[in-house]
Amino acid sequence: MTPAVLAALVGAALVGLGLYGLIVHPHPLRKLLAFNLVGSGAFLVFGMVARRGAAAGLAFDPVPQAMVITGIVVAFAASALAVALVLRLFATSGRVDLDPRVWTRPDDDSSTS
Amino acid sequence: MSTAIDAFTIVCVAAGVFFYVAGTVGLLRFPDSPSRLHALTKADNLGLGLVALGLLPREPSVLGALKIVVIWALVMLSGASTAQLIGRVLRRGRR
Amino acid sequence: MSIQTFLDIALALLVIGVAVWTIVARDLFVAVVAYVVYGLFLALVWIRMYAPDVALTEAAVGGGVTGVLLVAAGKRLDMSAIDIDRQKPSTTLAILAAGCSILLAGVLMIVILSLPAPAPTLAPQAAAAASGPGAGLGNPITAVLMSYRSFDTMLEKVVLILAVVGVWSVGADQAWGAAPAPFGPDRPYDALVFLAKALAPVGAIIGFHIFWTGADAPGGAFQGGALLAAMWMVALMGRLIELPRIDARWLRLALVAGPAVFLAVGIAGAMLAGSFFAYPSAFAKPLILSIEAFMVLSIAVALTMLVAGPPYRKGAP
Repeated sequence: MTPAVLAALVGAALVGLGLYGLIVHPHPLRKLLAFNLVGSGAFLVFGMVARRGAAAGLAFDPVPQAMVITGIVVAFAASALAVALVLRLFATSGRVDLDPRVWTRPDDDSSTS
Repeated sequence: MSTAIDAFTIVCVAAGVFFYVAGTVGLLRFPDSPSRLHALTKADNLGLGLVALGLLPREPSVLGALKIVVIWALVMLSGASTAQLIGRVLRRGRR
Repeated sequence: MSIQTFLDIALALLVIGVAVWTIVARDLFVAVVAYVVYGLFLALVWIRMYAPDVALTEAAVGGGVTGVLLVAAGKRLDMSAIDIDRQKPSTTLAILAAGCSILLAGVLMIVILSLPAPAPTLAPQAAAAASGPGAGLGNPITAVLMSYRSFDTMLEKVVLILAVVGVWSVGADQAWGAAPAPFGPDRPYDALVFLAKALAPVGAIIGFHIFWTGADAPGGAFQGGALLAAMWMVALMGRLIELPRIDARWLRLALVAGPAVFLAVGIAGAMLAGSFFAYPSAFAKPLILSIEAFMVLSIAVALTMLVAGPPYRKGAP
């Protein structure tokens, strides 16, 4: 088992761990953290693919690694947008709950809307 | 000559790791935050200095060795400032 | 079992342990700190996989800038007691989620262990793109980013700008055009001011160096841009400079400069070098470096504006 395959297995475990955190945590920022775990785990799998593709005098295949670099920056941009949305939600309403049952009053009759 | 360099590196890096372990033990075992901060800053700075010292003779060029020294200086700078800030916040009583 | 295998397994267990800590931590702040630590360990894993460029990007963007973003967000949310943090999920949901994640992780592991044996690779094409007349660069990843897959990189810059526009548009209507909320109090502690004065110039030089040397050694525009953004944020936190208004013309020009120059060169390449986004072989490397210079500017500005957040005016809802 090469270090690259071990790292990819760790990546798969991270994807599972992140999915668990994404489903289980109610706070949106915790969900965001778990989602970032999923992303970085997937990038580790890319890294293994890059390492396995060593050829033509290079120690790695540069194309998946370039994709991972791009992916890390785009993941950060998405996280920043998510954080801005959560902060705005908190600023306007004082709550950050994502459960729709919290936002409706008990006498709201949604079946007639 | 290269075995002397290897021995020097091993001794310095081992001493540095010992100081890191000491700092981590202090972080885990000291009773309150200021003493933990104290343990971390003193031990970790010395630990990093020893590790950097041990890596210095392995650099092929003077520029590379200078880069290692600059890294050590930057970590000292940011570590010291951050410890000051954490200490200030602790003294004010916030979390 | 050699020393290296032992170290690899220890590193893998460490990464998974810190990730578990991120998920099960009780407090949001603790989870964010654990995530930053996780990012740094991940950078070590990337080094182990012969990917120094990715390690630099992960440490700078994934660990550093994301950490600043999340800590600032957590601080703003912390101001009142949020008990959603303390809610425990129901047991059935936890068991169901655990089942789904174990299934997904297991399927991924099976896929990883059964990949085709002679691995398909694009390394020969990438190496040809790097060393050939189209780029002439020593770092194959920079060659892939700027020459072999240059269109993707330009589009990714556009995605960054779209994210900035998205973050700006979330602000209050009356606050449009104002500057984002400052990073900290008006009179920061003197230790922070000292750190900003001492670190920001040195860090900026190092950021430029990482960008410049990315043509032939590990580094590049993204890593250098992330470092420059971080140094700008440190200077903003120490109140050495103020956040610009979002309708400032220089700010918007700096944001757009990277992809605009990239696109202009690409279109010019269609006319001068035969195909869209091809570089004339005589000036390939200087052209790439000048595109990258504008890209670094755009990336630094975009990352800082993403962390700074939407425009803020006192009294606007």
